[in-house]
Amino acid sequence: MAGGEATLRSGSTRLGAVAVGLACAAALLAYYLFGYLMVRPPAVSASSGPPRARLTLQTVASLGIGPHPDWVSYLVKDPQGHWRHSTVLNVPANSPVRITVLQYDTATGLRNPYWGGPRGIVGEMTVDGKPTPTLDPDLASHTFAIPDFGVSVPLKGVADNAKNQCSVAPCTLAEAHTTVVFTIRTGKAGTYRWQCFVPCAAGFILGFGGPMQSVGYMDGYLHVIA
Amino acid sequence: MNLAPETRKILVVWLVLTAIAVPLIVLVLGPHLPPGKMSSEASAQTDANVVLTALIAPIVLLLAVYFGYSLAVFRARGDQLEDGPPIQGHGPTQALWIVVTSAIVLGLAVWGSDTLIVSAHGAGGGQGPNPDALPANAGQALQVQVLGQQWNWTYRFPSFGGLETAHLELPVGEDIELHVTSLDVVHSFWAYQLGVKADAVPGVDNIAFVHPRRLGNFSIRCSELCGLWHGHMFQTGQVVSAPQFASWIAQQRHAEAANLKYLPPYARDYFPDPTRRAG
Repeated sequence: MAGGEATLRSGSTRLGAVAVGLACAAALLAYYLFGYLMVRPPAVSASSGPPRARLTLQTVASLGIGPHPDWVSYLVKDPQGHWRHSTVLNVPANSPVRITVLQYDTATGLRNPYWGGPRGIVGEMTVDGKPTPTLDPDLASHTFAIPDFGVSVPLKGVADNAKNQCSVAPCTLAEAHTTVVFTIRTGKAGTYRWQCFVPCAAGFILGFGGPMQSVGYMDGYLHVIA
Repeated sequence: MNLAPETRKILVVWLVLTAIAVPLIVLVLGPHLPPGKMSSEASAQTDANVVLTALIAPIVLLLAVYFGYSLAVFRARGDQLEDGPPIQGHGPTQALWIVVTSAIVLGLAVWGSDTLIVSAHGAGGGQGPNPDALPANAGQALQVQVLGQQWNWTYRFPSFGGLETAHLELPVGEDIELHVTSLDVVHSFWAYQLGVKADAVPGVDNIAFVHPRRLGNFSIRCSELCGLWHGHMFQTGQVVSAPQFASWIAQQRHAEAANLKYLPPYARDYFPDPTRRAG
């Protein structure tokens, strides 16, 4: 009789342990899914100032931090001058915004040479201080494009043999880079997507996966705020 | 014909409702059915939608009337539960049913095939690289290459020096030969009001014909799930007059002059060259 009760207790204990284990596994799964679905890069505002708002971005070949340290990525400088790993940008509505991109990645060429011409910008694009009406597609590393505004700007890559290439973000001005400057005019308030049109995701089939498909890396949102 | 009273009542109600519904569908609902009349192909699709809706209405009404009548008249009353009379086959009814349904299906097959191949030249669908359903003046059609890429559409005009644009304007009253392809993954070019839908597959020249008949805007979407910004792959195109089209082309050639020299020679498809690309 006593042996039977002991067996029952042992069975209940095992059942309880399995139930607790399953509950823990479900909680971990829910935590992972929630975290995966809800993670969102912080929004970074453009610096305000006459005569126009300003955004400074940089592109790096490999981020060096976070869950995907080897992914190519954009970074943005916040109004306090700190580099933030984000592609969610706040800009004022119906206003000119001067954008400076510090480009630290090497050239890989454009998938479609059509995107070698800057479009939808106010005035001219300059590359390292020189007005550049169009860029040889083979020299491009990435593009900065806001299709809803008709904006597309090619970003010249660093030469393959450049010295002092940046390996970990955020890169500094002392490291090899090109500087692309242009101005866009924002439209009405709303949220717009922006993206790179170069298949630049190393390690993925033809470069189309990973950072090319992820907000926070080579895709982002432009919050145009009234 | 000697019909049971219930059958006669059902048929009368059905005939009255059908006589009301079919003209309403054809004359009132029909002009509003998609995709409209902006092109010959869209018009053929709208006509097909009207015909199919008008044909199906009597069938739906017959079922609905029979169902409603049965619920109202044949429902069990009180506590008495009793089987109904056994149903027996009725040769003439079965023959009539087979003849009518066969005639409808065969008639639709003939009419649909004629529309698809002869009158609507593929009905706006992609026909692959060697289309069979050609418009009468296929040789004079304006060729426009549609390039899908993550995540936008661009367009090349081989008869204008391989000009490429990120916006689509088409001249009214001309046959247009769309060559749909992709530079990366599978997309699908859907010009809704024009009645055009053709898959954009890398390495494949998928040809679709369209003949715009009315001026106006048409929406362009990607109808194949293609990645992160698939839902944003949206544009608005325009059907314009021939002089407006010529003016737009001239404007685009001027604006794109600096970039034109960098474009690859026009080809029926392009496959991304991976040698200098990541991955």
